[in-house]
Amino acid sequence: MRIRFASVLVDDQDKALRFYTGVLGFQTKHDTPLGDGRFRWITVVSPEDPGGAELVLEPDEHPACRPFKAALVEDGIPFTMFVVGDVHAEYERLRAAGVRFTQPPVTMGPVTTAVFDDTCGNLIQIATNG
Amino acid sequence: MSEDDLYRALADPTRRAILDELVQRDEQTLFELCARLVMKRGIGSTRQAISQHLEVLEAAGLVVTRREGRYKFHSFNGEPLKAIVRRWPSRRKAGGARGEGSGKP
Repeated sequence: MRIRFASVLVDDQDKALRFYTGVLGFQTKHDTPLGDGRFRWITVVSPEDPGGAELVLEPDEHPACRPFKAALVEDGIPFTMFVVGDVHAEYERLRAAGVRFTQPPVTMGPVTTAVFDDTCGNLIQIATNG
Repeated sequence: MSEDDLYRALADPTRRAILDELVQRDEQTLFELCARLVMKRGIGSTRQAISQHLEVLEAAGLVVTRREGRYKFHSFNGEPLKAIVRRWPSRRKAGGARGEGSGKP
């Protein structure tokens, strides 16, 4: 058994693809129409690990998704985490690109973390690989 | 807010730790505060418990919350603490000459 895919529930797949590739810098791995074409199978990968785990940009169409996401965001909870080499450098880079952070870099014991809004209804944590 | 609320809020060590962390930085989400408490202080209380502590602190006026869009941020407010110093000044104002000629060469 291997972990190959992780999902984020996004409110708009096109917007999500723009953010995750254009702003964060991931690369599109799959972008395939599904069923009636209303939704697509979209995955992105890190250019630092193109053969690695794929992030699925999953539509948050199920009625349970949006209240769940809103409750997490209100309490500032990131459901998804990415690892970066330098949290401060990423913070500066993403902020310059207009990304909204709910938590600037904070060092807590062995790790430094920051939390930003992915514009698709989620908070994402970036952390050093402590 | 009554004076009793203030002292009751300060009587709990976890609530004092919450204030210590909020003094470090304004505008913290519940997530950040919980992460600071567990990572820096080993306080592994549930998010719900911390949320209830924040309600007590907010009722005492020591924590203020601000909603911005979908986010909610918490900050420290030291204003209510002034009542303590007013009630028990660190030095008695004898003759109104507080702090003057007070032993400094």
